[in-house]
Amino acid sequence: MQLRYVANRLSQLLLVMFGVSILVFWMLRMIPGDPAQLLLGEYASPQALAELREKLGLNRSYAAQYGIYLVNLFQGDFGRSVRTGAPIFQEIWIRIPATVELAVAAMLIATLLGVAAGIISAVKHRSLWDYTAMFLALIGVSMPIFWLGLMLIYLFSVRLSLFPMMGRLSMGENLPFVTGLMIVDSLLSGNGTLLTDSIRHLILPAFTLSTIPMAIIARITRSSMLEVMHMDYIRTARAKGMGEATVILRHALRNACLPVITVIGLNLGLLLGGAVLTETIFSWPGLGRYVVDSLMARDYAAVQGCILMFAGMMAFINLGVDLIVALLDPRVRIHG
Amino acid sequence: MNRSRWKEWLGCMLIALMIASPTYATPIEGGTLVWGRGGDSVTLDLAQATDGESIKAGIQVLENLVIFGKDSMDVEPQLAESWTVSPDGLTWTFQLRKGVLFHDGTPFNAQAVYDSLARILDKNHPFYNYGKWKYLSLSLDQVSEIKIIDDYKIALITKKPYAPLLNNLALWLCPILSPKAMAEYKDQIGLHPVGTGPFKFVSWVKDDQIVLERNDAYWGGKPKLQKIVLKSIPEPSARLMALQSGTIDIADDLDPDSIALVKKNPNLSVIERPSVNIGYIALNTERPTLKDPRVRQAISHAIDKDTLIKTIFQGLAIPAKNPFPPSIWGYNDRIQPYEYNPGKAKKLLTEAKFPADAELELWAMPVSRAYMPEPVKTAELIQAYLAEVGIKTRIVRQEWGTYLNKVSNGEYDMCMFGWLGGNADPDNFLYGLLSADTAKTPGAANVSLWKNTEFTDLCLKAQKTFDKAERTKHYLKAQEIFHDEAPWVPLAHSTMVRCFNKKLHDVPLRPNGLNSFQMVWKEQ
Repeated sequence: MQLRYVANRLSQLLLVMFGVSILVFWMLRMIPGDPAQLLLGEYASPQALAELREKLGLNRSYAAQYGIYLVNLFQGDFGRSVRTGAPIFQEIWIRIPATVELAVAAMLIATLLGVAAGIISAVKHRSLWDYTAMFLALIGVSMPIFWLGLMLIYLFSVRLSLFPMMGRLSMGENLPFVTGLMIVDSLLSGNGTLLTDSIRHLILPAFTLSTIPMAIIARITRSSMLEVMHMDYIRTARAKGMGEATVILRHALRNACLPVITVIGLNLGLLLGGAVLTETIFSWPGLGRYVVDSLMARDYAAVQGCILMFAGMMAFINLGVDLIVALLDPRVRIHG
Repeated sequence: MNRSRWKEWLGCMLIALMIASPTYATPIEGGTLVWGRGGDSVTLDLAQATDGESIKAGIQVLENLVIFGKDSMDVEPQLAESWTVSPDGLTWTFQLRKGVLFHDGTPFNAQAVYDSLARILDKNHPFYNYGKWKYLSLSLDQVSEIKIIDDYKIALITKKPYAPLLNNLALWLCPILSPKAMAEYKDQIGLHPVGTGPFKFVSWVKDDQIVLERNDAYWGGKPKLQKIVLKSIPEPSARLMALQSGTIDIADDLDPDSIALVKKNPNLSVIERPSVNIGYIALNTERPTLKDPRVRQAISHAIDKDTLIKTIFQGLAIPAKNPFPPSIWGYNDRIQPYEYNPGKAKKLLTEAKFPADAELELWAMPVSRAYMPEPVKTAELIQAYLAEVGIKTRIVRQEWGTYLNKVSNGEYDMCMFGWLGGNADPDNFLYGLLSADTAKTPGAANVSLWKNTEFTDLCLKAQKTFDKAERTKHYLKAQEIFHDEAPWVPLAHSTMVRCFNKKLHDVPLRPNGLNSFQMVWKEQ
């Protein structure tokens, strides 16, 4: 049953990707701007422009361009970047680990702190704890990331010298590319110094990126917990003489966590789509910055490749969330 | 102590102080220089590079036959020791430096020069398809043949006598790379540059950092720094904080407010140089309203450049009166600029019978450049100045690609534009941007479509002359014609600025902002 369901969802995924590819392809071409002109800039000669347009296939009809793109795509060829000439797949491949590492770390922080804050404010409903946590959540969700990032750099890097202000490793350091995840790669190479180094580099950007999802998670956890805490089975559990901690963590949280998991999944998907602002402030070499730079240069193939990648990741995360929810909630049955 | 003894004593003390003071210490070897900049390089094969970030990294690794001076734009030998031009002006013969090795250990010789240059020019060369040679028109366009004479002598033959060739070779566009590496890396050579420069390429993490290491065998003397790390820091305020906290040693492209802060900081230094660019307003001379030179002169009189520089450039520019900056030879300093004088402008407009109800389009660039840091504010300021003398304007904004397209087709009345004359030859500005030959639509580089026969003839004569004094004479005259005819309103030449930590010494700054860091050293 489960397997058939997964297979079914995966085949739907292909359809979604197909739709996304058409949408992105046409939307990009609706934006005014000639890639050849942007690439060559104000120094371009008309002959050079004509040659480049020919080379990039910009003279063909959109339908023909899309056809070629699709045929190549099915052969696993995402095309080449007009800016660097490198294969798009390679460009994405070298940047995606940075984004994944940052997004996962941010979601970890957001989930741990957000769920904890949510539980506390639900349990201590209408107490000072509750008000403080919810006030912080309000600030967290409305604080401009840009400003927060710069303030954190100023305080923790410039003033207190506690954390490095930019990049993934100290200046000039490098690790051989295995997974591209610095924490994993430093563990694999058994380099303890670089492991601490990479974690220290991760903390400020991950915290900056975590504030908004953290606030959302805290609020969802709180309202979901409040709902559950009034249920009969909680009263029963308490009546059975169970410890309060067990009641909250085993009975209440397990039931309250379903909407929280959905929110975590959605937010992780969003963060994986590249955190442009955080990546910019902390000079983090991830996909978000790459997409924006590519869009500015009308590097069509690069933008298309990235969006397809994002769509695919989002779909996989949704699938993962559905499976986890089914696992946690016996009432949810999956039908193939 | 009499007066002269006292002076002697003071002199001795001063000398002793100078010797003892660390700022006068001899250069220290070693150390890592961290160079913070706004973006990453695109390619380190400079023959394919079109952006500043690629060039500033690439020139540490790759070298040319000739190069501009450390702080000037005069051409000096680099991998060529000397050169001669044949009497007919068609053959340039370069005597190459001996005993130079590429970073991969292979020897530098005429074959390497041939392969590096022929790949750009010759469609049959095996390396031709390994790259996109986008700026051919700025580099070897005029060269018809490359001939190896012996192992250390090579000749370039041009289609016509073409004096600016030497300055073109001094640009970044004709680097000499190891033929072995070009054959090995093929179209990936831009990710693995192997040249003869003071620093060797080590690694590149895209959008993050490029690491270069000292070339101990460098022919021009061992560089002082052990390593250079070029770090991409896209956010300008993060770049400023990184410089202030000592995380990086150099911060590029700071905004004027940040530069003011750097100037106040006792640990940081700022050096400034007049750049080799110009920001201007092109007037479409084919439009009936702008055909009369008196109208164009009136517009020149209507704009207060000093205020523009004070407000928009925040003082980091000098007012322009000629089509190219004074840092380039041949500049005509005897020309009297059109002073800001609305009264005179109004008088000229009346004389020229400028229609009072005419509304002109003023095209504002959608992107900012060093020569035009705030295009929209500049357009608004100019609109106000022109309104003051009775010229109504409408600001037009277009996406950059469309803007370039339309402007080079002459589909505008007035437009903001600029130029960075990388090769520092007046020809680059005068012939390239103002001659009748380049005023042909579509794709006119002379966007004013100004066709002046006398001016164009002077430019062509200067191209064929190899005597600098003779060329200067032609260019001085050409600038007078430009001034009288006023097809542009030259606005400003921006100032090149380099902000760095005081621990760095012997930091060079060429007017085009591109330098090798061979001599730079760092206090530990």
